[in-house]
Amino acid sequence: MLLIPCPWCGPRDEAEFHYGGQAHVAYPEDPGALSDEEWARYLFFRDNPKGAFAERWSHSAGCRRWFNAVRDTATNEIHSVYRVGEPRPVTP
Amino acid sequence: MSPRTPGADLPEHPDRLWSAAEPKASYDVVIVGGGGHGLATAYYLARNHGITNVAVLERGWLAGGNMARNTTIIRSNYLWDESAGIYEHALKLWEGLEEELDYPLLFSQRGVLNLAHSLQDVRDSVRRVEANRLNGVDAEWLDPQQVKEVCPIVNVSPDVRYPVLGATFQPRAGIAKHDHVAWGLARAAAALGVEFVEHCEVTGLRVSEGRVTGVETTRGTIAAGRVALCAAGHTSVVAATAGIDLPLQSHPLQALVSELLEPVHPTVVMSNAVHVYVSQAHKGELVMGAGIDAANSYRQRGAFHIIESQMAAALELFPVFARAHVLRTWGGVVDVSPDASPIMGLTPVEGLYLNCGWGTGGFKATPGVGWCFAHTVANDEPHPLNAPFSLDRFVTGALVDEHGAAAVAH
Amino acid sequence: MRRETGGRIDRTRTLRFRFDGRDYTGHPGDTLASALLANGVRQVATSVKLGRPRGVFSAGSEEPSALVQIEAPFPEPMLTATTVELYDGLVASGLPGQGRLAAEPDPARYDAIHAHCDVLVVGAGPAGLAAARDAARTGARVILADERPEPGGGLLGTAEEVEGRPGAEWAAAVAAELAGLPEVTVLPRTTVFGYYDDNYLVAVERRTNHLGGAAPAHVARERIWRIRARRVVLATGAHERPIAFAGNDLPGVMLAGAARTYVNRYGVLPGRRAVVFTAGDSAYAAAFDLVGVGVEVAAIVDVRPEPPYRAEAAARGIEVLAGHVVTTALGDPEVSSVLVGRLTGTGAVTGERALDADLLLVSGGWNPVVHLFSQSGGTLRYDEALGTLVPGTSRQAVEVVGAAAGDVTAGVPYWLVPAEDYGTHFADLQRDVTVADVLRATGAGLRSVEHVKRYTTAGTAHDQGKTSGLLTTAVAAQALGVPVGGLGSTTFRAPYTPVSFAALAGRDRGALHDPVRVTALHEWHVAHGALFENVGQWQRPWYYPRPGEDMEAAVRRECRAAREGVAAMDASTLGKIDVIGPDAAAFLDLLYTNMMSTLAVGAIRYGVMCRADGMVFDDGTVIRLAEDHFLVTTTTGNAAAVLDWMEEWLQTEWPWLRVHCTSVTEQWATVALVGPGSREVLAGLAPGLAVGAADFPFMTWRETEVAGIPARVCRISFSGELAYEINVTSWEGLALWEAIMGTEVVTPYGTETMHVLRAEKGYPIVGQDTDGTITPQDLGMSWVVSKKKADFIGKRSFARADTSRVDRKQLVGLLPEDPELLLPEGTHLVEFSSLPEPPVPMLGHVTSSYRSAALGRTFALALVSGGRERVGARLYAPVGDGLVPVTVTSHVLYDPEGARRDG
Repeated sequence: MLLIPCPWCGPRDEAEFHYGGQAHVAYPEDPGALSDEEWARYLFFRDNPKGAFAERWSHSAGCRRWFNAVRDTATNEIHSVYRVGEPRPVTP
Repeated sequence: MSPRTPGADLPEHPDRLWSAAEPKASYDVVIVGGGGHGLATAYYLARNHGITNVAVLERGWLAGGNMARNTTIIRSNYLWDESAGIYEHALKLWEGLEEELDYPLLFSQRGVLNLAHSLQDVRDSVRRVEANRLNGVDAEWLDPQQVKEVCPIVNVSPDVRYPVLGATFQPRAGIAKHDHVAWGLARAAAALGVEFVEHCEVTGLRVSEGRVTGVETTRGTIAAGRVALCAAGHTSVVAATAGIDLPLQSHPLQALVSELLEPVHPTVVMSNAVHVYVSQAHKGELVMGAGIDAANSYRQRGAFHIIESQMAAALELFPVFARAHVLRTWGGVVDVSPDASPIMGLTPVEGLYLNCGWGTGGFKATPGVGWCFAHTVANDEPHPLNAPFSLDRFVTGALVDEHGAAAVAH
Repeated sequence: MRRETGGRIDRTRTLRFRFDGRDYTGHPGDTLASALLANGVRQVATSVKLGRPRGVFSAGSEEPSALVQIEAPFPEPMLTATTVELYDGLVASGLPGQGRLAAEPDPARYDAIHAHCDVLVVGAGPAGLAAARDAARTGARVILADERPEPGGGLLGTAEEVEGRPGAEWAAAVAAELAGLPEVTVLPRTTVFGYYDDNYLVAVERRTNHLGGAAPAHVARERIWRIRARRVVLATGAHERPIAFAGNDLPGVMLAGAARTYVNRYGVLPGRRAVVFTAGDSAYAAAFDLVGVGVEVAAIVDVRPEPPYRAEAAARGIEVLAGHVVTTALGDPEVSSVLVGRLTGTGAVTGERALDADLLLVSGGWNPVVHLFSQSGGTLRYDEALGTLVPGTSRQAVEVVGAAAGDVTAGVPYWLVPAEDYGTHFADLQRDVTVADVLRATGAGLRSVEHVKRYTTAGTAHDQGKTSGLLTTAVAAQALGVPVGGLGSTTFRAPYTPVSFAALAGRDRGALHDPVRVTALHEWHVAHGALFENVGQWQRPWYYPRPGEDMEAAVRRECRAAREGVAAMDASTLGKIDVIGPDAAAFLDLLYTNMMSTLAVGAIRYGVMCRADGMVFDDGTVIRLAEDHFLVTTTTGNAAAVLDWMEEWLQTEWPWLRVHCTSVTEQWATVALVGPGSREVLAGLAPGLAVGAADFPFMTWRETEVAGIPARVCRISFSGELAYEINVTSWEGLALWEAIMGTEVVTPYGTETMHVLRAEKGYPIVGQDTDGTITPQDLGMSWVVSKKKADFIGKRSFARADTSRVDRKQLVGLLPEDPELLLPEGTHLVEFSSLPEPPVPMLGHVTSSYRSAALGRTFALALVSGGRERVGARLYAPVGDGLVPVTVTSHVLYDPEGARRDG
C-alpha cells in the first residue's frame, strides 16, 4: 500500500488511486496521418523501465484529479508528483 | 496421538540434478532466463532439434523467478482458437511429461472449475465450452448442483453477494509441482548437454549489422549465434538493450499458501467475478493466487490490500476456509501484453527471438512454449502454433483478446 | 510438573481443558504448552513425514514442534501450543502434520482498523518498552504492539533486573505509565506480521481467542490493524538457535531459554534431570535458574574450550564439560539419556559417554528476529562472531533495537555435531528435514540455499523456518565448503506468523463483499414478486412471475403487454452523466463516433463510444438540454467507467476544453413506458403535455409534470414500440411508478423482457452482443460512424488491416429451422452438416437467443464471420450431440420498417 502524495489532497493510501500507466504519451495530433506502425505504437507500446518511470495516477476516490508521478519501479519509491501539463521533473 | 498423515510429504528428488556451469566464451544458442520457459526451450532444442551447444543464463538461481512463484494451475480451456491451440498442445505434452522426463512432476489432472456469477458470465462460459469442444479441448458446462458435486465446499447458495450460477469444467486440467517440473526439465536438458549458468544477469544484447552476436552479462561477454529471450517480467529491460520496444508492462502478482490441511478441496476453482483461484496442493496446503498490482513494478512483492481482497473473495466462495491461516505470501513480476496473450516469434534483429507477454498464464504453457519456441529458434521461423502470436498483430489489429471472455487468465 | 510456587499464573483459579482425549487442569496465565508440561505431558504432536513423537521445543511463536488442532469451542487448524493461551473448556489435540477445517460456518466476527502514528514500536520487551516510553514522553503518538498477552517480553521469563528493579516489575511500571498517556496505544496479543512500502505495517490483534467459549459474540475475534507510521522501532527480540545432533527432535529436547521461561514465567518444571548443551553464555542462566528450583543439572556441555561462568556453575554444583558436545539424545519416546563427547582439535568427537537426563537444553546462540526489518527492504548482514544475520542498512524510517539489533549474549557459532550418520540430526523439525537430507541436496548439485530449501522442503512449514532456517543454511554451507555468510538466506516474507483467512477478509463478506445498489423503486419490485438479476453492482428486476408462471410464461406475458398494450420498466440503473460547459459539444464529438454538436437543443441522439483501438466500449443516448449542456446515458454496468473515461481525456489530453462532467445516475429515477397504449397513459398522467406524434416527435424531450411530479420525458425507444422515458428526481421515483401502476393498465416488466424486445429489433447490448473485439461497423452501424468528423476516438483504428477485413464477425439474426428450438447463448456456428474431427473451424457464435411472442418462434442474434454476406444462407449450430440447421437473416427481425415507433 503505497503512500501517494496527491498534489491536491496530500499523502493518501494507494487504494484511493487509479493507475494510468505511462505519462507524457500525447494523443497524436492527426491520427489519420500516422502509418499503421505509428498508430500501433501509440495504442499499445508503453515504456516499461526498471527504474524511474513517469506515470499517471488519478485520485479516483478523492479529488478525482489526474496527476503525474515519477516513481522508481525497482523500489516503488515516489520521487516527485506534478500536475498534468507540467514537464517531467529531473530526477537523480 | 494420531498417526502421521499420509500424503503430507512429497516424493524424493533424484540424487543428481545438474551442475552449475561456468560460462563459456560462445554458444550456438543462448537462452536468457532460466525459468520454466527457458528450461523447456533448452530441453526441446536439444531433444527435437539436436541443438545442444546451448546455455541457459539465469540472473538468480535456476527457476527462481515466476517458475517458483506461480500457483501451478494447468488448463487449456481458452476461448480463442489460437490460444486453445498452444495451450492444448502444452496440455498434451504435460500428459506425457512425467514419463518422458522420468521425474515425479506430481501432475494431477483433478479438473478446473471456472465459476460463473452473472447471466453474462454464463453466456461467456457456454461460449467458451462450446468453442473448446469444437477445438478438441475437453470442456463441460455444469449447473450449480453439479458444481457442488465436483467440489462440495464451494458455496452455491443463492444467498451470497454473487451466487454461483454454474461453471465450466475441464476434467483434464489440474496442477503440478513447479520445482519438480523445472528440475525435471533441467536434469533432462543437462543430460543432453545444455549448460546452466546461474547468477549471470544479461545486461545487454550485442547486435552487429542487424544480427545478434551475443550477450553482455554480469559474468562477461558471451558470444551466441542465436539468442532466445525467456525473461518474463524483465523482457522489456533486456530487449531495450537491442533497441527493441515491446508492448509489455511488468506488474507484481501475488500468491499465498496456507498451512497443511486435511484434504477438503478436490479440484481447482477459479472465479473471475469473485476473484479467486485456489487449489489444495499435494501436501495439503491451500494455494491461492491474488490479484495483480495495478501499477508497474519490478518488486517481487505486491500490496497488502490485494491480499485482503483476495481473502474476502475466497471466503465468499469457501466459507469453510475461515480459520485456515495464511502462512506465506509472495510475489512475482509478470509481463502483461495489451491483449493478455503472449508474444512469441521473430524480432527485427536477426537471430533474436521473443517469448514473452505470458502475463499470469505462463506456467501451464511451459512444455508447449518449449516445443514451439525451440522450433522457432531452430528454424528461424515460427511454429504454426505460435505464428498467431507475432509482434506484428499489434500493427494489424489482429489481437488474440483473452480479456473478454476467457475468464481469469491464470 | 508444576512448581509449588512462582510463575505469573493465577493459582487461585483452575481451568479445565482436554488434550488428545484426556482431561487436565491449568491456570490463567498458562499457555497450552505450559499447562501440558505442568501435567507431565511431553509428547504433543507427531512429525509429518517420519511419524516421530514431538514435544514442546520453545516457549513462543517460533515453535517448530508442538502443533495442535483446536477442537472446541470451535475448530481451528494448526496452532502452536506455545502461543495458545489456556482457557476453560479448551479441547485440543496434537497434530500429525495436517490441520482440520471446521465443517460448520465460523460464527465469529472479524474487522479491521486504520491507524496512524508517529512511532510504531513492535515488541514490548525491555528494548521496546524503553523505546515506547522515550517516544511517548516527547508527546509523540505511539503504538506499542506485542504478540504476547502481557508486556515485558523475555523479562517475564527471567529474574533479571532493569534500571534497578526486577524486570517484570519494571515492565509493569512502564506499561502503566504508557497506559496513562492519551496519545499512546498499547496493543497486547497483537502481532505485527507485515512490513510494506512507505512504512505501512499490518498487524493482527487477537481480541477474544483467549476467552474461549466465554468470548462475547459482538466483539470481533480478530482485528487487522493497518498502520501507517512515521517511524518504526523494531524491538522484536531474538530466537534461540538449535544445534543439529542425533535425536535432537525427541520430546525433552528444548531450547535453553524456553526452559527458563517455563520455570520462571509459568512455574513449570520441564524435567527433573537436565543436561545443558550450549555454545554460548545465556544457557548458564537457564541452568542456574533450573538448579534454583530443584532441577538437577547433570552437566553443562559447552562446545567452547574455555567457557566463562565455570566458577559460578561449580558453586551450584554443576559440572561444566568444556570443549564437549552432545552427540546424541537417546530415549523412546522421549529423552532418557544423553551421549556426550569431547571435541578434538579437528572438530571430531571422542570419548563418548552417557549421562542420564530427561531434559536436554540446547543453545546454539541467538538469531535476531529480523523478519520485519527484511520485509521493510532493509539489508541483512552475516555477523561472523554471532553466527547470525543482523540488520544492515534500512531503506525506510525504521530502527532496530535490543536483541533484534544483534544485542545478544556472547557465544560461538556452532551448528552441527559430526557423526557417521546424519539421519536423525534434524535441521527442520517440522518438515522432518535432517542433515542427511540437506547433504543429499548439495550432493545433487544444488548450490543455492533456495534450491536446498526446495529440495528438502526445509523452512516451508508452519514456523517458516524460524529456528531452522539458518541452521539449514549453515549445514549446506559447511557441505559446500563456503562461509555461511556467503550463502545468503532465503527471503523473509509476510506474515511473520500465520494469520487467519477470516481476519484478513474482515467484514468484506456477504452483502458487504461488494456494495449492493438498488433503485428508488426497489422495494416495490420486491413487494410485487420480482426476481432480480445482478447487473454490475445493481440489482435489477429480471421478471415478475405471477402465481403459477415460470420465466418463459412471465416473459411472454410481459412482452405481449409491451407490444400490444402498455408496459413499464424501471430503467433507473442506466448511467447518467451531466456534461456541461462551452466546449461540451466539441468534447462529445471527440468521444462519440457520430456527430453530437449538430444535435438541436430539445433533441436526443443515440451514440456509440469506442476505445482508441476502435472497439465498441459503450452506447447510449445523448440529450441536449441547452447549447452548453448535455445529459449522456450509459449502459448500467459501464457508468463509472464512462465517467472515468471522460475525465481522463478531459484532464490529461484536452485540458483546454471547458467541460465539467458529473454523475447523476442516482439523482434520477427513470421509468420506461412502452407500448402502443403508452401515449394514452402518459396523456392521462401528464395533462399539460402535448403527446401527439407531431407535437412530441421521436427523439425529442419535454419538461412537464407527470402525476404532478416535475419530470423530463424523453421520446426514445429500446423496443421499437411507441415509448417514453420519464425521469423524475429519485425522491419521487416511487410516487411516479405507483401512479403509473395505479392506472391498472400498465404491466411491469424486467430485464429479460427488455432483452427480448430489443433483440427482436436487432439492438445490440454492449457486453453481450459485443466482447471488446467488435467495431460499430461489425454491428451493422456504419451509420453511427461519422464520415465528416476529422477525428474521434477510435477512428484511426478502423483503417487498420484487421478492422478492414471483409470476413470480420458481423451481427446477424438467426432463425433455427425448427421454430421451437431455442439456441443456447454461446452456441457456435459451423458450415458443416456433420462435424469433422477437431479443430473444427467456427464461423461465430450466438450472442442472444430468445423465444419471441411477436415472431411466434425462437430467434437469435449472432456474430458471424462475413455475416451480412451470408444472409439467407444455412449454417449449423452444434447443440447437444447434434447439429441444428439455422438460417442467417438480418439482425432486425421485428418491424424492420419502424412502423410502430409512433404508435
